[in-house]
Amino acid sequence: MSDDAMTAGSADRGNPAKRVVVTGLGVVAPNGYGLEAYTEALREGVSGIRHIGLHEELKFACTVGGIPEGIDEMSEAYFQPDELLAMNSSHRFGCIAAIDAWTDAGLERPDPADDRVYWEAGAVIGTGIGGLDTAGKKLIPLVDAGRVRRLGSTMVEQVMGSGVSARVAGLLSLGNQVTANSSACSTGTEAIIEGCQRIRAGLAQRMLCGGTEGYSQYAWAGFDSMRVLCRSHNDEPEKASRPMSASAGGFVPGSGAAILHLESLESAQIRGARIYAEIPGGAINCGGHRRGGSMTAPNAEGVQRCIRAAVVDAAIDPDEVDAISGHLTATGADPKEVASWAKALQRSPETFPAITSTKSMIGHALGAAGALESVACVLMLRERFVHPSINCEDVHPEIEKYAGSIPHVVREMPELNTMIKAGFGFGDVNACAIFRRWAN
Amino acid sequence: MTRDEIFAKVVEIVKPYVKNEDALAAVADDTNILEDLKVNSARLVDIILNFEDEFDIEVEDEDADAVNTVGDAVALIQEKLS
Repeated sequence: MSDDAMTAGSADRGNPAKRVVVTGLGVVAPNGYGLEAYTEALREGVSGIRHIGLHEELKFACTVGGIPEGIDEMSEAYFQPDELLAMNSSHRFGCIAAIDAWTDAGLERPDPADDRVYWEAGAVIGTGIGGLDTAGKKLIPLVDAGRVRRLGSTMVEQVMGSGVSARVAGLLSLGNQVTANSSACSTGTEAIIEGCQRIRAGLAQRMLCGGTEGYSQYAWAGFDSMRVLCRSHNDEPEKASRPMSASAGGFVPGSGAAILHLESLESAQIRGARIYAEIPGGAINCGGHRRGGSMTAPNAEGVQRCIRAAVVDAAIDPDEVDAISGHLTATGADPKEVASWAKALQRSPETFPAITSTKSMIGHALGAAGALESVACVLMLRERFVHPSINCEDVHPEIEKYAGSIPHVVREMPELNTMIKAGFGFGDVNACAIFRRWAN
Repeated sequence: MTRDEIFAKVVEIVKPYVKNEDALAAVADDTNILEDLKVNSARLVDIILNFEDEFDIEVEDEDADAVNTVGDAVALIQEKLS
C-alpha cells in the first residue's frame, strides 16, 4: 500500500478492464433537478437555500435549509402507486437520481415484467441519517401508542440503512453487489470509491454509486442543538451558506441525491457509451480520533494522508490538480481544510489550484453531499469551468492568502483536466476521489 | 352500504397494489388477490389496514388470513358491518 490510507488499488493503466469511467449521471439537488438545470445553477451561482417555516415553529436556531423542489409531483411519473406508498423523501430523491443515471448512460429502464437480471451491474448508495422522516412521523408515534399492528408492511424498508439501494435494485434489475455505505458526511464520496474498487477488482462491470439524504426535521435537529448550523442569516436564506467566509457561522443543512453510473472502460467501449470522465484513483481513511481528531473534528494528518494517497493511487503528479472541490461546510474547519490541501498537494498560495464549495449553493446534504459535489466535478470537467463559491466575498483571514484561487463568479478554465474532491465526516473519516476529463 | 358499493370500494383499495391490469379489468368475486392480481403478498397487510380505515372496522389476524379472493374480502367486510 502506498500510504496508510486504504486505497482503491493502483490502476493498471494499460488494462481497460481495470480503468473506471463515468458514463451516466443523475442529480436531485436543492438548486436544480437534472443535469441541465444543475449545471446552469452551478454556473450562475444559484442558491437552493430557502426559509423553512416548520423549523421556525419548532424553535430551531437555524430556520433555513436546502430541499429539492417539486419531487413528490415528479415521483408520480417515475414510480408505481404501490412503490410510492413505500418511499419516503430519501427513497424518492435517491431512486430518481439512480434511474436518471442509468438512462443517461444510454441504458433502458427495464420492464418490470422482463425477467432479465443485470448480473454485471450493482449499486453502492449510501445515506448519512436515513429514513428519520418515516421514523418520526409514523414509526415512533404508532409504536409508543401501542399500535404496532398499524405500521403496515412498508416500515422496515423505509428505515433500513440499505432501503434505497434495495429499491434501486428492483427498479433496475441489478444482479451484482447491492449495498449501502454510511460514513457520515464522507458517505457519498466513499460510495464512489467503493464502486471503483469493485470494478477494478473485476467483480462488477457497472456500479451505480452515490448518496441520498431525505429531508427531516428530526435529522437536522441534532445538528441544530450542537450549534453547528448557521443561525446568523435566517432572514437571508440564500446568503446563509458561507464556506470560506470570515462571517461563516455554521453549515446550512441540505438534502437531495446524486448517483454516478461507473463502468469499466472496457465495458463502456464495448457499449459505445458516452464517457464523461475517468476516476483514476481515490482513497479512504480515518484519523483515529488522535492528534486533534475526534468524533466531530478531523485529524489534519489523516486528511492529508487521504489526499496524498488518492493522488498516488491515481498515479498523477500533485501538480496536475487544476481544481479542488472541497468539503468546505462553512464551519471553523474550513481554514484548516484549505491548509491541509496546500500541504498535501504541496502548493504555495501562488500555485494553489482553484478551490470551490458546492455547499455554498445547496447546503450540506450530509450523506448525499459527496455525490452531489462529485456530479458537479464531472459537469465542470465536461464544460471546463469552475463554479463560483458564493457568499465568501469576505474571505476568512486565514484563507486570505489563497483568495485568488476562489471564484466568486464562474471561472472558465479551458485547460481544466483534473479535479480532486474530498469529503470528511463525523468519526474522523475521510474520502478523496480524483476525476479526469475524458476526451471522447 | 350495498354489497356492490363494498365491492367497488374493495377494488379501489386493492388497485394501487395490482401488477396485472388485465385481471383487474375483469375483476370478479372469485378473482384471487395474490395469484390473479399479482399483488405482492407483503402488501396484504397494508390492504387490510386500508379496509379498517375505509369501513371503520377491525380485522383480526385470523380473519385477514382467510382473505384470498376479492369476494372473501367483501364477505368479511359485510360481516363486520352487520
